[in-house]
Amino acid sequence: MTTVEAFQAAFDAAVAADERIEPRDWMPEAYRASLVRQMAQHAHSEIIGMQPEANWITRAPSLRRKAILMAKVQDEAGHGLYLYSAAETLGTSREELLDKLHTGRQKYSSIFNYPTLTWADVGAIGWLVDGAAITNQVPLCRCSYGPYARAMVRICKEESFHQRQGYELLLTLSKGTPAQHEMAQDAVNRWWWPSLMMFGPPDDASAHSAQSMAWKIKRHSNDELRRRFVDICVPQAESLGLTLPDPDLRWNEELGRYDFGPIDWSEFQQVLKGNGPCNEQRLDRRRRAHEEGAWVREAAAAYATKHGARPGRPGEHPPEGRPAGRTHRERPEKPAEETGTRAEETGTHVEAAV
Amino acid sequence: MSNQGDWPLWEVFVRSRRGLSHTHAGSLHAPDAEMALRNARDLYTRRNEGVSIWVVESAAITATSPDEKDPFFAPAADKPYRHPTFYEIPEGVKHL
Repeated sequence: MTTVEAFQAAFDAAVAADERIEPRDWMPEAYRASLVRQMAQHAHSEIIGMQPEANWITRAPSLRRKAILMAKVQDEAGHGLYLYSAAETLGTSREELLDKLHTGRQKYSSIFNYPTLTWADVGAIGWLVDGAAITNQVPLCRCSYGPYARAMVRICKEESFHQRQGYELLLTLSKGTPAQHEMAQDAVNRWWWPSLMMFGPPDDASAHSAQSMAWKIKRHSNDELRRRFVDICVPQAESLGLTLPDPDLRWNEELGRYDFGPIDWSEFQQVLKGNGPCNEQRLDRRRRAHEEGAWVREAAAAYATKHGARPGRPGEHPPEGRPAGRTHRERPEKPAEETGTRAEETGTHVEAAV
Repeated sequence: MSNQGDWPLWEVFVRSRRGLSHTHAGSLHAPDAEMALRNARDLYTRRNEGVSIWVVESAAITATSPDEKDPFFAPAADKPYRHPTFYEIPEGVKHL
């Protein structure tokens, strides 16, 4: 047996035994490439996903809703960062990933190319878009690649807040004035089908599904997860007092699940190709935020260089409860907003198209 | 031009509450240790997950190689007598 064959055998055995593959393990190049593609797309979706919701921060109807929405958008930035870090363990770099996003060589979820036209859209995104994301992501907590699985555990815990705040928001509107009820229904009507498309193409047309499942990156097929999501949503919509915009939706006694109407995959393909309502706007804003944040990154790097030595000496064990070297208080205080990438990524601009 | 690529990678360790040790939470990029701490606070403790944070540059960590894991950890494999269950104690003997 050659060395590569032995490595391959060890890898296959680890996957078969449901063990996790860790960054420094040998792995097939195709497995690595497939993970980078999926994790990059996932990370990009998190940070692009900040835009449609940030659109409403300045116009949230109450301080409570505003604080909740800001916390949610900040979480999305955090999720992006967890995933970029996890992707970097595969030998790619943050810069390369962002560059591929900015030049359109890597994708993000099509769902974020739809506009948020009313306040109710914030609720519909939380309930349906985050709900679909959770359905997709819970099985990823058992993904064969360790760093991805660990990032997903953290993300799934936080997504639950996202979904519930959206549901509560819609429920409040649904029980409000007729105009508010109408607004909630309109948002659900617009977001329902795009949410179902989030699970990806049908199994027989999904390019990566079979191999991803064999590698245990994916645990369930697109169609299986989509059906699960529909079954979860129908009773939730009833409790909201809202309807789902599908005349074919009905309980199938025999199969013990809901039947639903055909999905317009031509729309999905169009949005994927860049012809959705907001594709251009989302990428433009992302590029601009990156460019306009360049001076912050440069200033921080220059400051670090000027103040030279990194804290801690080799071999020095940090005293309990306190990292080696200087504590942060010995440095001049600087508002956190002025530094790092967060300020750039949590901008609360109002979307021009809305 | 200076850019984020110049920012080193840091590993973040969080003590979730007093009495527990710091555990690895993840990693992030930052220009220096101070910013790494601030970013770690915002990234890994948004919901009171920690009372103390350590950051260390990833490049400063020395790790075992996965390729040699068998020989490296082999010395422990053939010493079951280090475990209490190795010893047979007559039934009825208490507090042992």
